[in-house]
Amino acid sequence: MTKLNPLLIGLSAVMLGAAPWMIDRAPYESTMGLVQKVFYFHFPSAILFLVAALICGVASAIFLFGKRPRADGWAIAAAELGLLFGSLTLVTGPLWARKAWGVWWVWDPRLTSSLLLWMIFSAYLLLRRYGGPGSDKLGAGMALFGMANVPFIYVSVNVWRTLHPQTSVVPTLPTDMGLPLWYCFAAFTMLFIALLNLRARLEHQRARVEALYLAEDEA
Amino acid sequence: MISDFFRVAWHVMRKDLTVEVRSKEVLLTTLFFAVSVVLVFSFAIVREGRAPDDVAAGILWVAVSFSGTLAMGRTFERERYNDTLRALLLAPSDRPAIYTGKLLGLLVLLALVEMVLVPLVGLLFNAPVLAFPGTLAALLVLGTVGFSAVGTLFAAMLVRVRSRDTLLPVLLYPITIPVMIAGVRGTAALFQETPDLPMAQFWIGLLIVWDAIFITLALWTFEPVMTE
Amino acid sequence: MRFCRTFLMLMALAVAAPVIHASAMQPPSQSEFVPVSDIPPGEQIPAMNIVGAAYGFVWVAVLGYVWSIARRLQTVEAELADLESRAK
Repeated sequence: MTKLNPLLIGLSAVMLGAAPWMIDRAPYESTMGLVQKVFYFHFPSAILFLVAALICGVASAIFLFGKRPRADGWAIAAAELGLLFGSLTLVTGPLWARKAWGVWWVWDPRLTSSLLLWMIFSAYLLLRRYGGPGSDKLGAGMALFGMANVPFIYVSVNVWRTLHPQTSVVPTLPTDMGLPLWYCFAAFTMLFIALLNLRARLEHQRARVEALYLAEDEA
Repeated sequence: MISDFFRVAWHVMRKDLTVEVRSKEVLLTTLFFAVSVVLVFSFAIVREGRAPDDVAAGILWVAVSFSGTLAMGRTFERERYNDTLRALLLAPSDRPAIYTGKLLGLLVLLALVEMVLVPLVGLLFNAPVLAFPGTLAALLVLGTVGFSAVGTLFAAMLVRVRSRDTLLPVLLYPITIPVMIAGVRGTAALFQETPDLPMAQFWIGLLIVWDAIFITLALWTFEPVMTE
Repeated sequence: MRFCRTFLMLMALAVAAPVIHASAMQPPSQSEFVPVSDIPPGEQIPAMNIVGAAYGFVWVAVLGYVWSIARRLQTVEAELADLESRAK
């Protein structure tokens, strides 16, 4: 698994490097024109943002109810990646909106709830950083509550009438738009998996260091 | 079994309220804080002696959430100071029942605060608080339950954590914003010039869903989280 | 007096009508993307910058994060190696 990480990162870097050519060859969208091409980065990062929340919640549940300390490392890793991919989503989104809607930000359900999830990740990481001992269980409880927000975000655009395109645009994409999208999605997903692995490894090594220090103290 | 659960919850709640009746510390400080929040808001937004329309609902809910956070922090600070939470958790009873008791105690306290807060906001910001008393009460009760369900759990967990005073609002507000949104929008629908009752009922429905989710999750996580 | 009231009411309506109209006419969210082969004219330069900025930000953020993980991992693994050699 460790050997796979550099490979995955290299491959996704090459794919992301080549992405502009793929995206350039895709057709323009009829009403939004060129700026719609932000979509090829925005959509993968938004989906991975939600996936990170699910991983963080599930890992926290395993940590809390299954009493597996290693699951906590995965939860932290997922939370940090959620913050990273959430930031990508929340930066590319307003850039696109500025051109397509004429404003940087609107307070519609999807945008608001995405910002909310980003804030939940930030709060979780603040707790883990400054909470000190005992914050791991509290963090796990908080992550479970955060995960409850995810289905709400996913369906919000389809329930309320908002400016944001519906999730149903993706399956109906024509091939020459769909291909670059899934290409970018694959690159982002590989990057996500590799980074998740590395970050969880960092947390597990930290746990080992702490255990070794404890053993040294006792000896 | 069920009756045991409620008996424990009842005793915990009564214990909290008895302490409160003797000292009145949390109630009075929270109440004063809530009134100050409303006044600070009025200084911030009143222009030429008049408040802009449609602000009453927002101010009401901000005051409720701020003072609620204060009350949660204080009630658990008292437990921490005397190290009584450990004793409470050592009692041979269901952990979720203890949680429910703490939650009920907090709800009674916040209900008293809201009884002062709602007429005050109505008076100062010309809000028709008596137009739909039942619907408004439902919104307030459901919103406060959702907010306090998460708050009680987090405050209990934070008892053992460093820098708990700053972390409680940091953790609590992002999680409970859906409840706040539903409360504010529902109340605003009642307070506007032509009240929109179906809209308020829609938000009440949403509040019930969030309350159910939050209470289930809180009851479910309280046990493993509070085990050392 | 009555005239005044009617006039004021009409004025209020005239002001309110576009607002109500605008809120009722909120554009529906897009349910599909229709491809065309040319960029609509007068759009190209700023949109290009925006797409470029989005792409650039993705690179900067990801590289920054990879660098930060690599650095932290190096520190921890060095510490671990040190501790393990001491333990032997």
